[in-house]
Amino acid sequence: MPRDTSIQHILIIGSGPIIIGQACEFDYSGSQASRSLREEGIRVSLINSNPATIMTDPVTADHIYLLPLEPASIEKILKENIESGDRIDAVLPTMGGQTALNLAKEVNEMGIWEKYGVRLIGVDIEAIDRAENRELFRQLMVELGISVAPSHIANSFLEGKEYAQQIGFPLVIRPSFTLGGTGGSFVHSKDDLDAALQRGLTASPTHEVLVEKAVLGWKEYELELLRDGADNVCIICVVENLDPMGVHTGDSITVAPAMTLSDTCYQEMRNMAIQMMRAMGNFAGGCNVQFAVDPHTEDIISIEINPRVSRSSALASKATGYPIAKVAAKLAIGYNLDEIKNMVTKSTSAYFEPALDYVIVKMPRWNFDKFQGADDTLGLQMKSVGEVMAIGRSFNEALQKACQSLENNKIGLDGEVGFYKSSQEVIEGLGRPQWDRIFNIKKAMDLGVPLKTIQKQTLIDRWFLMQIQNLSKLEKELRRYTLQNIPADMMINLKQNGYSDLQIANILGNTTEEEVYEYRRALGIRRTYKLVDTCSAEFESKTPYYYSTFDQENESVKSDKKKIFVLGSGPNRIGQGIEFDYCCVHGILAIKEYGYEAIMVNCNPETVSTDFDIADKLYFEPVFWEHLNELLDFEQPDGVIVQLGGQTALKLSEKIRNKGIPIIGTSFDDMDMAEDRGRFSDLLKELEIPYPEYGSATTAEEALEVANRIGYPVLVRPSYVLGGQRMRIVINDDELERSVIGILKHFPDNRILIDHFLDRAEECEIDAICDGEDVHIMGIMEHIEPAGIHSGDSSAVLPPFSLSQNVLDQMSEFTKKLAHALNIRGLINIQFAVKNEKVYVIEANPRASRTTPFIAKAYQIPYLNIATKVMLGTHKLKDFSFDKKLNGYAIKEPVFSFEKFPNVNKELGPEMKSTGEAIRFIEDLQDPFFRHLYKEKSMYLSR
Amino acid sequence: MQSALLGKLTSFANTHIHTFSGGISSSSRHDVSLRPGMETIEKVPAVLLLEDGTAYHGFSAAKIGTTTGEICFNTGMTGYQEIFTDPSYAGQILLMTNAHIGNYGAFREETESKDIKISGLVVKNYTVQYSRRMTEQSIQDYLLDENLVGIYGVDTRAIVRHIRDKGAMNAIISSETTDLEELKRQLDAVPSMAGLELASTVSTKESYFVGDPNAGRKVIVYDFGVKKSILSNLTDRDCYLKVLPAKTPFSEAIEWNPDAFFISNGPGDPASMDYAVQTVKEILNSGKPLFGICLGHQLLALANGIGTYKMHNGHRGANQPVKNLVTGKSEITTQNHGFGVNPDDVRNSPNTIITHVNLNDDTIEGIRLKDKPAFSVQYHPEASPGPHDARYLFDEFVGMMK
Repeated sequence: MPRDTSIQHILIIGSGPIIIGQACEFDYSGSQASRSLREEGIRVSLINSNPATIMTDPVTADHIYLLPLEPASIEKILKENIESGDRIDAVLPTMGGQTALNLAKEVNEMGIWEKYGVRLIGVDIEAIDRAENRELFRQLMVELGISVAPSHIANSFLEGKEYAQQIGFPLVIRPSFTLGGTGGSFVHSKDDLDAALQRGLTASPTHEVLVEKAVLGWKEYELELLRDGADNVCIICVVENLDPMGVHTGDSITVAPAMTLSDTCYQEMRNMAIQMMRAMGNFAGGCNVQFAVDPHTEDIISIEINPRVSRSSALASKATGYPIAKVAAKLAIGYNLDEIKNMVTKSTSAYFEPALDYVIVKMPRWNFDKFQGADDTLGLQMKSVGEVMAIGRSFNEALQKACQSLENNKIGLDGEVGFYKSSQEVIEGLGRPQWDRIFNIKKAMDLGVPLKTIQKQTLIDRWFLMQIQNLSKLEKELRRYTLQNIPADMMINLKQNGYSDLQIANILGNTTEEEVYEYRRALGIRRTYKLVDTCSAEFESKTPYYYSTFDQENESVKSDKKKIFVLGSGPNRIGQGIEFDYCCVHGILAIKEYGYEAIMVNCNPETVSTDFDIADKLYFEPVFWEHLNELLDFEQPDGVIVQLGGQTALKLSEKIRNKGIPIIGTSFDDMDMAEDRGRFSDLLKELEIPYPEYGSATTAEEALEVANRIGYPVLVRPSYVLGGQRMRIVINDDELERSVIGILKHFPDNRILIDHFLDRAEECEIDAICDGEDVHIMGIMEHIEPAGIHSGDSSAVLPPFSLSQNVLDQMSEFTKKLAHALNIRGLINIQFAVKNEKVYVIEANPRASRTTPFIAKAYQIPYLNIATKVMLGTHKLKDFSFDKKLNGYAIKEPVFSFEKFPNVNKELGPEMKSTGEAIRFIEDLQDPFFRHLYKEKSMYLSR
Repeated sequence: MQSALLGKLTSFANTHIHTFSGGISSSSRHDVSLRPGMETIEKVPAVLLLEDGTAYHGFSAAKIGTTTGEICFNTGMTGYQEIFTDPSYAGQILLMTNAHIGNYGAFREETESKDIKISGLVVKNYTVQYSRRMTEQSIQDYLLDENLVGIYGVDTRAIVRHIRDKGAMNAIISSETTDLEELKRQLDAVPSMAGLELASTVSTKESYFVGDPNAGRKVIVYDFGVKKSILSNLTDRDCYLKVLPAKTPFSEAIEWNPDAFFISNGPGDPASMDYAVQTVKEILNSGKPLFGICLGHQLLALANGIGTYKMHNGHRGANQPVKNLVTGKSEITTQNHGFGVNPDDVRNSPNTIITHVNLNDDTIEGIRLKDKPAFSVQYHPEASPGPHDARYLFDEFVGMMK
């Protein structure tokens, strides 16, 4: 059927700021959808309040509306477009998660879509209701003859208790219409029931919960489906959760393809999923369905259905290579699946179920260290802030690569769970799902705990446990050798099981990562790169999407073009999120613009940077030295950009430099001068730039000396970290000691920085670009909250609202001096404290900062594109004109996810806690929003 | 995409060299075989040699021995057991593209015939450790019982790309010798699949009955390698079946007075089965409803003057998209065929309609006769393994009866 040509202009609703449960994946989906629609000649308008996204960038859509996601904003947009003669014909609300759907519904109820003649495409409101309303869902399942767990809807506390009695324990409380399982919980006994019911009812916007029998320990599966207007349905991906029912899928380790699913069981599930999707309503688009399977009988029950592109759709797209959101967008405007070409092979049909010849493992990333006092037991409510995905030719390889991607000091699935855990604690801990349970399991196996015991405690399918046990056995075997006499066969085995050279070195002892690398290379054991092509090589494919493994044939062909690598920022975490991905994507686009080959390396499945359509070549690999090293050996790029991937990329720069590969932009040595506190302060002194008194220490004794010399209060923090990790303000010796010991536990051998804390000071920051001749100040931001709150958690105002010209001049002068002194080529971010008209420099970051996208959006200048060109040396600042289009002020507002951790105080300090941000535009300082922020500026200060 | 293979070929010690001369030099092996997914089975070197001289070195799966056949690959991610026991694979060495095979062991109920039909197996990770409540044995024990020779630990993706490029060809697997010259000699003696009549070798020797004798309809099933789930799809729809050996004359079949005829799937080249084409012609003459699957579809075509051909590397998997031209809707199908029906012949045939086409490459997937109650599909609506999207075809067949 030809597409609906009456649709010329579509509005896409984004998902807003990053929060736990709803993150970058919607930036990816939304961007894909937008590009897919524009390809068809349709104009796209986009609304999203998150300035850190690629979605809200002129490269993605025709009109961007950086407005709060509320009905008033929608009405404003619709009105404007009618008045300008380019009315919006339809709205696509399925690419923005729960937020977008809820907004679409609300606007629908208010009659606004109708008023402006806007059609909803890609989903049907009734479908949303039927899926989200637990009772309607249950009824529908019963009608279809699909099993569900026994359950009952409760709208009151008393009803809840009554049904709980009937159903029996263990049970689960599921609130209606919430995101990421918010408010949900497992109830094992009567004692926990009251609190759980209360939480659930409060969390649900309709004061409604489903009281349901819990099927703890059942196997959990997710299917991603696509359906078109002619009712053709296909399954794009099946994902198996390693963590069984009981842990939210967002917090589970997941695998594709399913590892323990027989065909008979799978087809039954597939049939049910198709039935459910068809019964949901009349819409064309994507859908996510979740099932639980009884491990004893293979009985299947349906858990939930999400009639939209979801968090898992992004994972499924990266896992299979099949661009779900792109296809879903085409389906929404009327194309049928059998009319669309497979965008990967370019020659076969999009109506197709991808076949995988590799294994992917997704591992979530948590930040419990940021939420002191939080209950870190994983359950129904999602708590992770990000995730990684890894690809390998075996489960173990993918599993260990995933560990290597996490960037939490793991070098594989090692059983090092922290020296403070005794064996007893390890074994007892198995029963409780926590972020490091998989490492506990490995440790337990190393200790010889029987598999059966581990299985009983964790309820994880024994197939996965057997694989992990094989690793234990392999290591035991390995210990019999030294590096010099390891048989080649054994080495191949180790590498195919995912062991990093560093792990092997550690297990062998008396050798280093480099030596192991050299040894295996000499044996011819090196990484080969294979393609992700949706079809297991059945058809030739043109996509440049690769992963590494230890197999025979290498499919990646090194081109003879000039090439530049961009290092991604890895998994999302507090302090390093989507904003760095925004920077990387722009970096890639700028490199391509100039005609070089742009190569992306990243392991985050949620992001736009890992869309194979963005870079010329994508290596979906851990941003881990070993993998990068081999890639550098293979591709031999002309340079690597490390300024755009946050601290992740920066940390690798020394090794890259030592290898002799050029670092694009500011040199390693100059970057180090900014990062090394000692060298930096010397530089400040030389430049006559004021800075707070400081010292550094490697032990508690030294720290005490320093603190007493410079005077309390002091700021204590480890060097080379991001997001103020472990940063504390301390006011006396006791606190200082505790803080220092805490840091050294996590970062042994770290040089701890101790700065005099300027209390009652204003905080500001500047982002600038320097090309060696000129320094352009992109923006000066003034924080509303006082010094003491991490800049990432502060509301930043652009341009400054209360600083005197004198102060502004000082800051500009210091910026220019520093940029030149550090030989910056590219970006620099400087943090200042202002007290009594005197400006102090707190720190300088020789890279893109969190605020760069915000500034670019606020002023509507493609700063990242410019900065990249400056880094590459292809342009000078004078080649560009800067027309800052901002009337009034732009405010960057941090967004928190504290409600996920009910026992944690909303306390802000020098350690960053926000998960995302939103942008607000105000005309002047009388704006009530601004005045409110200003009034409350010190409310959450922890000191 | 031509990969710079020769320049980039990695050689793991001496055990994975693409070369004609010599076998493996004995590198010191560690005793415990801990390839990904495996429990301890003894590691015995094995080699897969293709007709064009390409060799892949790996390790023996299941029985130590030597076997030959035409190499083909299947991209399905579930249902390996159903695939191994599908009689249509007789004479073929099967390569499974999925990274792990064996995860849920073996379970006798989930087979499509009483024993393994593939003549050899090629997999990446031979996963002997299994997990499934109703499993009876590991894949290793199962395949040993079935005397299957296989090889694992080879770069299956590389092999698929090779076959995709060069086309299907014969191959030999051996764990008895790695002398490539010797193996080449053995391989040269293996006949090409083209022109090979295999159906009668897998067909039942005696006729037998399936289902409830009091069922509403009677169907004759010509067994050219029929899959069990085809039979169950029919008996589930109130049919009583008489399953006949491949070469049973029509005159004998019609004595039972069936309501319809079913022509099954099976291995080998349909163009070598004149006897079967003759039978189909006679069935058509009788005016009784006829439904053919896979080989059955090819036989129906041949019986109508439409030619068949040997495909470059065939379709085998559970994800092939087919469009039903009559209804306009599409379905995801299970496929397993190395021969196809000539599209030009079909278009030129005066009494044949094309009912289904493959959305990937426009090959013919289904036909129907204008003047007789007969239709057929190239793919497998019974699936097993695979999607059930096409099972409506059995309903259509039953609807044609009486």
